[in-house]
Amino acid sequence: MSSCLQTIQDYGLRSIGIGERLLPRSDFTLCEHFTLIGSGMIWNIYFGVLALLTGFFLATAVALGKASRNPLLRKPSEWFIFVFRGSPLFIQFFFAYFFFLNLKSVHPFFDPFTSAWLGALIVLFLNTAAYSGEIFYGALLSVPKGDIEAADAYGLSGWARFRRIIWPTMLRLAWPAYTNEAIFLFHATTLVFFSGFPAWQQRGDALYYANYFADKTFNPFVPYPILAFYFILLTLAIVFLFGQMNRYLNRHLPQERRKRMTFRLNLLR
Amino acid sequence: MFSYCSDPSTLDTFRWFSCYLTNGVHMQFYLSFLKVLGLLAITAPVALAFGFLGAMAARARFAPLGWLGRGYIAVVRGVPDIAFFLFFVIALDQMFEWLRHKIKCPDWTEPIRRGNDFLVCPQAKLPLGTSPEWVHEAYAFFLAIITFALVFGAFAANVLFGAMRAVPRAQLETAEAYGMTRRQTFWRILVPQMWVYALPGLSNLWMVLIKATPLLFLLGIEDIVYWARELGGTKTPRFTDFPHPDWRMWYFLFLLVFYLAFTRVSEIVLDRVMRRLTHGQATMGGEAQRKAAA
Repeated sequence: MSSCLQTIQDYGLRSIGIGERLLPRSDFTLCEHFTLIGSGMIWNIYFGVLALLTGFFLATAVALGKASRNPLLRKPSEWFIFVFRGSPLFIQFFFAYFFFLNLKSVHPFFDPFTSAWLGALIVLFLNTAAYSGEIFYGALLSVPKGDIEAADAYGLSGWARFRRIIWPTMLRLAWPAYTNEAIFLFHATTLVFFSGFPAWQQRGDALYYANYFADKTFNPFVPYPILAFYFILLTLAIVFLFGQMNRYLNRHLPQERRKRMTFRLNLLR
Repeated sequence: MFSYCSDPSTLDTFRWFSCYLTNGVHMQFYLSFLKVLGLLAITAPVALAFGFLGAMAARARFAPLGWLGRGYIAVVRGVPDIAFFLFFVIALDQMFEWLRHKIKCPDWTEPIRRGNDFLVCPQAKLPLGTSPEWVHEAYAFFLAIITFALVFGAFAANVLFGAMRAVPRAQLETAEAYGMTRRQTFWRILVPQMWVYALPGLSNLWMVLIKATPLLFLLGIEDIVYWARELGGTKTPRFTDFPHPDWRMWYFLFLLVFYLAFTRVSEIVLDRVMRRLTHGQATMGGEAQRKAAA
């Protein structure tokens, strides 16, 4: 037990470079598996949370752009969504990495873009913005006509009408699908360190360490179930948080119409 | 390829590229696109079959079978697919070798897992140490196909399970009223009608499957990603007739365009199929078609 505490001290923050420098090399204990893979989850959460938060705003903009009547706004939004939804994230990572590598030789300003913390985050941000943009666009089209007419009747227009009527309704309609997108985004973060972006000083994400153990022990039956355990916990946490948010968004509805959000996890990616 | 290619360093840009893009390694690069298409062509029906079995298991009345079906769907859905790919490729390989080991070397006494090694008797190795290179490649590809089918089978099971529940209750009750057994109702009423409900989900799944094909690279197959990395890297005049700087960005741009075109074409085709299937169905889409025609 005390040796496990020692392991947690040594490797608990290994993925961000704090603690023991060398990874364990032989005689791996279950504790080391749990600690290192859990430490790698820091990166998955980092990528997922930041990409979701930033992507949310771009997604709203893109959805509005796609619904706009002005072709100067509509066309770029449509192409943005098409490019990022139509191609594999894996290839996007590779392309972005080599693209940033080329830029790096032009100007040292682009140095940080070739490391995962920034370069991969940008790709994930754009990717999730495209997927959520499409979800928001669909929701925007299904905002009930009556709501908008009521807003007009109250004398709301322009920004106020958008901010107080259209936007909350759009979010409310999009929320179950958006929850699903969030779950898939967190799953997608595991691709980062397998797609060109180097894991500097072996600071990788959960899958990177799980793969490290599986390669070393040639036994996939321990590290991958541990990874699965962590991800199921993460998924449950997301479902809980988004469920709370869903309740908040629907708080004005009468009790029986406020159906509990059902997670019939759809496939969106 | 062309007669003037013997000394590329003297050629002008256009001819240089015509030689460069048709040399031996590039031909292998183009062949690897066939690998991707082949994987899709085999995996899609196999995954659909797995999905059908999974959905049937999930709605079985025999409880343990139902748990198995639902568990299969839930677990694969909750965990990143890439983790499953990395897991199954080793796990399946070890399972096959272990089974062969039990059959072929029953009197082998030493343990199979020794420290960090997985050792079976030489006759049980898959593929045998003596087999030619192509057998190794074919075996790796075979494992990749089963892995893809297992993962996407769970996704398909999820879709089909939903579609089976979407078929109107009244249809099934009518079948019961006609005295059909549960089995007859399933095959004659439920299955023919469920496809229109399943198609949006299945076409989505097809798109996801297309976009998952680059993951073949992680399973150790020499696929398009492998070759794009190989060919794009900096080449010095010492090793090749076609020296060039780091072009990997352009190779991956090409792959990006390839996938965009592929998904776009699939989208158009699937839209047509959907329109065909909706024809005459008692759904909103079918009703809209009927009104448009009238």
